[in-house]
Amino acid sequence: MRAIINQKDDSPRLPELRNLGTVLRILLAVNALALIVVFIREPRWEALPRAWFDVAAIVEPHLLASLLLLYALAPWLERLPYRTGAIVILALTLAVTFALDALFATLGIDEGPAFVLRHSAFSLLTTGALLGYFHLRASALSPAITEARLQALQARIRPHFLFNSINAVLSLMRKEPRRAEVALEDLADLFRVLMKDNRQLTPLADEIELCRQYLELEKLRLGERLKIEWHVENMPRDALVPPLVLQPLLENAVYHGIEPSSSPGIIAINVFLRRGEVHAVLRNPYRFTGNHHAGNKMAMDNIRERLALHFDAEASLESRAGKDSYEVHIRMPYRVPARVEGAHA
Amino acid sequence: MPDAPLKILVVDDEGPARRRLRELLDDCASALPLLVVGEAGSGREALGLLGTTPADLVLSDIHMPDMDGIELARHLLKLPVPPVLIFTTAYHEHAIAAFEVHAVDYLMKPVRVQRLLAALQKVPRLKPLSGARLDRLPAAARRFLSVTERSRVVLVPIEEVIYLKAELKYITIRTADREYLLEESLTKLEEEFGPRFVRVHRNCLVARDAIRGFERHVSAEGDAHWEVLLRDVPEALPVSRRQQFIVREIGRENEA
Repeated sequence: MRAIINQKDDSPRLPELRNLGTVLRILLAVNALALIVVFIREPRWEALPRAWFDVAAIVEPHLLASLLLLYALAPWLERLPYRTGAIVILALTLAVTFALDALFATLGIDEGPAFVLRHSAFSLLTTGALLGYFHLRASALSPAITEARLQALQARIRPHFLFNSINAVLSLMRKEPRRAEVALEDLADLFRVLMKDNRQLTPLADEIELCRQYLELEKLRLGERLKIEWHVENMPRDALVPPLVLQPLLENAVYHGIEPSSSPGIIAINVFLRRGEVHAVLRNPYRFTGNHHAGNKMAMDNIRERLALHFDAEASLESRAGKDSYEVHIRMPYRVPARVEGAHA
Repeated sequence: MPDAPLKILVVDDEGPARRRLRELLDDCASALPLLVVGEAGSGREALGLLGTTPADLVLSDIHMPDMDGIELARHLLKLPVPPVLIFTTAYHEHAIAAFEVHAVDYLMKPVRVQRLLAALQKVPRLKPLSGARLDRLPAAARRFLSVTERSRVVLVPIEEVIYLKAELKYITIRTADREYLLEESLTKLEEEFGPRFVRVHRNCLVARDAIRGFERHVSAEGDAHWEVLLRDVPEALPVSRRQQFIVREIGRENEA
């Protein structure tokens, strides 16, 4: 059995400390806060740069040191229960404050115990506020994840595909019952994934398998018109991806790239790992027919939204229409299942 | 001949769908004499077949490459004896709503044998779809114009048309190779094909792509007018005074 990703959706979790989105949010928030402090302390307009410099000299080293520390400890911190994790982070902040102030003191910039106290209070409050913010954000987004599951259901599988596939299976019943059996099994697997709880990430290998089954069904009805080129030898099979991140795009590729022509067309699927990121590039022939691009946009928006929910700023989806081909490029961070105790090996 | 078998042509771009329909037609054969005269993968292929093998009924998918079912319906009307057409479709797309409103016959795929049989039994009482009724169905611009020659439907791909010129009762379609006579209205063609053509004269639409340039002519009396020069054909067509603005408009586009 494959390891099950143990993601308890109801309990609060620390923010992903290595996520670019988290880091950016912290940087922005702390600097904004520092800026407000400067504005309050310094009423004279012309003295603002100087005042900002003074505050930044204390805030920035602290901020960067804390971020580096959190980045380094992230894998360990994220495994702690929420409460313990939060307390550890607060303690770390305090430790950084003391360490920096001690460092300043050795450099001859000793501002006295009152300063250390104020500095500590400021950093604790800021960290506490940020933790609160991330907590609120996570709880604000979790209904969105439930919503995303529903949306995923709606955006996928054109009824047109379902009925045409059933019709194709019916055509096999009398003369090729065995092929009909396999086709029905594929259809069942496809719908099993469509109907399950799709909030949790799933291994890339499973998503690719699903794509294969889907394309087998399409091949059944489109025959020689549909040609597939797989380039997935180097894909990270264990990478965790949002379920149905590729299948709807393939459905678009078939609908817009293959069905409008009676001559054969190639869909190329290229999945690989590069510099710690998972890339998926799908390419299909592009024939401008003018009218049905609304469905395409809907599926793309849906996937983009789900990528953002799961990976924040670390994932992207881009599409490019060339002269006679259309390409979609997905970039995701390489996540592997955490070996959580109690998970089945 | 009441006992002559019903001649049927099956049109669908998906092989399995055609096969399924044939099986069901075989099942109906005991209840109603019928004969499947052929299968086609697109509307275009269907028209080719019908030129040599007439049918009483065409069962056609709607969504197909090259030529969809609705365009096929339009071209079928050019046949000396148009067959009855029943659409088959897998999904209740928006076109189907219009079908119901205008009582256009269709079957849902997967088709049930009872439904199919009921539809077949109705065929002798059905008339081919009229052009007026087809006009009311939502449809994209046709990919072909069609004319009847020696009781066959000849298709002219729209991208081969250089100009359309109204003369008395007919419209002349000019392609690089030859001319065809079409019985349709120039105004309706202009509406259907929109920006592909530009009106140079009250009686003439010219394909934008085919325009090579314009030439100014001054007659002996001193009247000046413009003529449009075309690729692939020697004749130049006069631009009417009212449409003269296009000379500058298209001239500018070509420079850009």
